[in-house]
Amino acid sequence: MAQTGILKSSLAKKYAMAATGLFLCLFLVGHLAGNLQLFTAGADGGRQFNEYAKFMTTFPAVKILSYLTYFAVLFHLADGIVLSIQNRKARPVRYAMERPSTNAGWSSRNMMVLGTIVLVFLVTHMQNFWWQMHFGEIPMQKLDDGTMVKDLYSVVIAFFNPELNSFALLALGLYLLGQFALGFHLWHGFSSGFQSVGVRHPRYSAIIGLAGKAFSVVVPLLFSAIVVFMYFTQA
Amino acid sequence: MDFTLKIWRQDGPQDEGRMETYPISDITGDMSFLEMMDVLNDKIIRDGQDPVAFDHDCREGICGMCSMFINGEAHGPNRKTTTCQLHMRSFKDGDTIYIEPWRAAAFPVVKDLAVDRSAFDRIIQSGGYVSVNSSGNPLDANAIPVPKDDADEAFNAATCIGCGACVATCKNASAMLFVSAKVSQLALLPQGQPERMNRVQRMVDQMDKEGFGNCTNTGACEVECPKGISLDNIARMNRDYLKSQVTGE
Repeated sequence: MAQTGILKSSLAKKYAMAATGLFLCLFLVGHLAGNLQLFTAGADGGRQFNEYAKFMTTFPAVKILSYLTYFAVLFHLADGIVLSIQNRKARPVRYAMERPSTNAGWSSRNMMVLGTIVLVFLVTHMQNFWWQMHFGEIPMQKLDDGTMVKDLYSVVIAFFNPELNSFALLALGLYLLGQFALGFHLWHGFSSGFQSVGVRHPRYSAIIGLAGKAFSVVVPLLFSAIVVFMYFTQA
Repeated sequence: MDFTLKIWRQDGPQDEGRMETYPISDITGDMSFLEMMDVLNDKIIRDGQDPVAFDHDCREGICGMCSMFINGEAHGPNRKTTTCQLHMRSFKDGDTIYIEPWRAAAFPVVKDLAVDRSAFDRIIQSGGYVSVNSSGNPLDANAIPVPKDDADEAFNAATCIGCGACVATCKNASAMLFVSAKVSQLALLPQGQPERMNRVQRMVDQMDKEGFGNCTNTGACEVECPKGISLDNIARMNRDYLKSQVTGE
């Protein structure tokens, strides 16, 4: 084996970027499935949603998945920073005249900026809900069988209720901005991940490309639709 | 036609360098870009000054020697065209044209527009070959059947002229398109199989050592490549390197 080894090589960093990124795409699907319940969760006062939230924070297999997700986010972030620093060093003198839009898409050239916006969104998002659920003081709710669960549903809808939260409109705007950045990040990232691990074929690459584009539009759009729904049904 | 040229001048590797402006007139549309540079240098020499250094050799679009980042694009505005095959009719009378050297840490400027591309040579030396036993009766390459599709694809990869436009145009100054073409042209042929895994490891490791950036799959290299080398090659190299690391000792 070559002396530099897999952990140091540029391709290894790309494999890690692709693996963590594609894993996080799976996480998005799971998270979205959970959030979609918010469309109808009001019918039983959020009981079913809260039971689901309790399951997601206590069931051992889900807990393992969640630790994998934290790890993937941090690794994707650290790897991205290392790659970006190396890439900047690879061109110490910039061109006086550049026309990058003639040969590459906007999102592919701005992954670090988009990723940073997604990161800022993620930090505020976790503070608003994840932290509250795990460590915050939130109201309890009694289920039909008598067990008590944390009433995450009330926290979520209150957050996007302009009458209860004076910053609800700002929260909505930042949420939409985060989803917007996520969409553009995925626009390049989804298919790029497959290319990085060498999954490319004359017959299947077009399908991966289309799936990536569809994923990058549909997922952020559905996430956004849920908060827009919550905001305007309470406004 | 008349042009205003903004050209990068740098006296040597240690010099800081600067953009300088040169007006040029009486250029015809049928002149190649390099012929226009020759006219400019002729004028500069007659004025008793130092001519602009730039690389060129065959002027037929096949040697990979000419370079130049013209108006923000490697080899200028035309696709699948080297600088020597770019003609002045591709510009409008009165245009201002920016002419810069390839910019990459791994391609240090020698003088003006000429850069040192020997990093590519060292990558080839690290594994871009097939070892042949020259005992006196080497096996004729044509004796081994090669599927037509594989031969065509290997040939397409082999059309890479190593000019470095991929590095110059990549926002990360990555050499992935060049290295993957050189890996692929041998990986696709039966003669390349015995050293396939070893080769990809050595060439990627040498590429990293030279200080090229990391590929982020923007695809700019494929667009600007004068020979139309495909991103398929990069995917193949990604695949082979992964395999070599997983199955290697």
